[in-house]
Amino acid sequence: MGVAIVVTSGKGGVGKTTTTANIGTALAMLGNKVVVVDADTGLRNLDLHLGLENRIVYNLVDVVEGVCRLKQALIKDKRYDNLFLLPTAQTKDKTAVTPEQMQKLIDDLKKEFDYIIIDCPAGIEHGFENAVAGADRAIVVTTPEVSAVRDADRIIGKLEAKGLEDHQLIINRIKYEMTKKGEMLNIDDMTDILAIKLLGIIPEDEKIVISTNRGEPAVTDENSKAGKAYRNVARRIMGEEVPFLELDEEPTGLFASIKKIFFKK
Amino acid sequence: MDLFKFFSKETPSKDVAKERLKLILIHDRANVSPQFLEMVKGDIIRVISDYAEIDESGLEIKLTRAGEQGTSSPALVANIPIKKMKEFGR
Repeated sequence: MGVAIVVTSGKGGVGKTTTTANIGTALAMLGNKVVVVDADTGLRNLDLHLGLENRIVYNLVDVVEGVCRLKQALIKDKRYDNLFLLPTAQTKDKTAVTPEQMQKLIDDLKKEFDYIIIDCPAGIEHGFENAVAGADRAIVVTTPEVSAVRDADRIIGKLEAKGLEDHQLIINRIKYEMTKKGEMLNIDDMTDILAIKLLGIIPEDEKIVISTNRGEPAVTDENSKAGKAYRNVARRIMGEEVPFLELDEEPTGLFASIKKIFFKK
Repeated sequence: MDLFKFFSKETPSKDVAKERLKLILIHDRANVSPQFLEMVKGDIIRVISDYAEIDESGLEIKLTRAGEQGTSSPALVANIPIKKMKEFGR
């Protein structure tokens, strides 16, 4: 039996879909059989992050409505044979699926896959209810901004009310330069406020924009800092103890600057 | 280094953010509406008025956190300025 993990945040635009695509891909790279599920019916995007948008025939709503079998709606990834996408419908809305139907679907997927990663829509309404329905664990994504942290706290409360006690935090888009100056909430500030176990720290990385442009998750790029952080997250999900990346990874100072000029990739 | 900042006593913005968050989360978690606080305020005035004459305009009631560094339990703090104690209240 596999494990179903929902990726949620409350606030939009903090990196839920990026996180889902990267964790899913990284888990597949580590040899697991993985399916990433887009639960954002009407506003699907996970297909774009994986570069699979042109291969969609059937979707999650079709499966629920009995239009097709579950296997027909699963799309195999371009790069990894053990990674699949279950897209959702773009022309329906969130009420097309009920939490009970979602629960059954996830239970079916758990028989086939090691990990089911569910991309939750923003908000706390119907879409959220659906996305968490079949989940065993939750990953809460936030950024070092007051609005994202507030919404994360609200989501943690909602998850606990549903009995989903196994939840962990990913802090996305941290800028070390700013935290050093005291102009951005740091890791300790956020874990202190939210009182939740930390699963990952993802540095701000321009390579994320590039990889999303190309439809190739950052974890496939050896040189991406965010990609490396996501690969570590995947190993932690599998139960491995992986130390968090050093805060000052980027060396500063005159020597480092000169080095950077000459050794630029 | 930012010399100007070194001499000024401005709080780093992340500390401001943290303080604001702590306070707002107490409200969010307790699920307390302004109406609730108004209702409590009204009741407090009613009860205290039996014993003392109070300055209603100066009455302040707010939700905060218990203890100095405590982040866990919320506390209801009321500041009630008394004009005069009533005779039988003593």
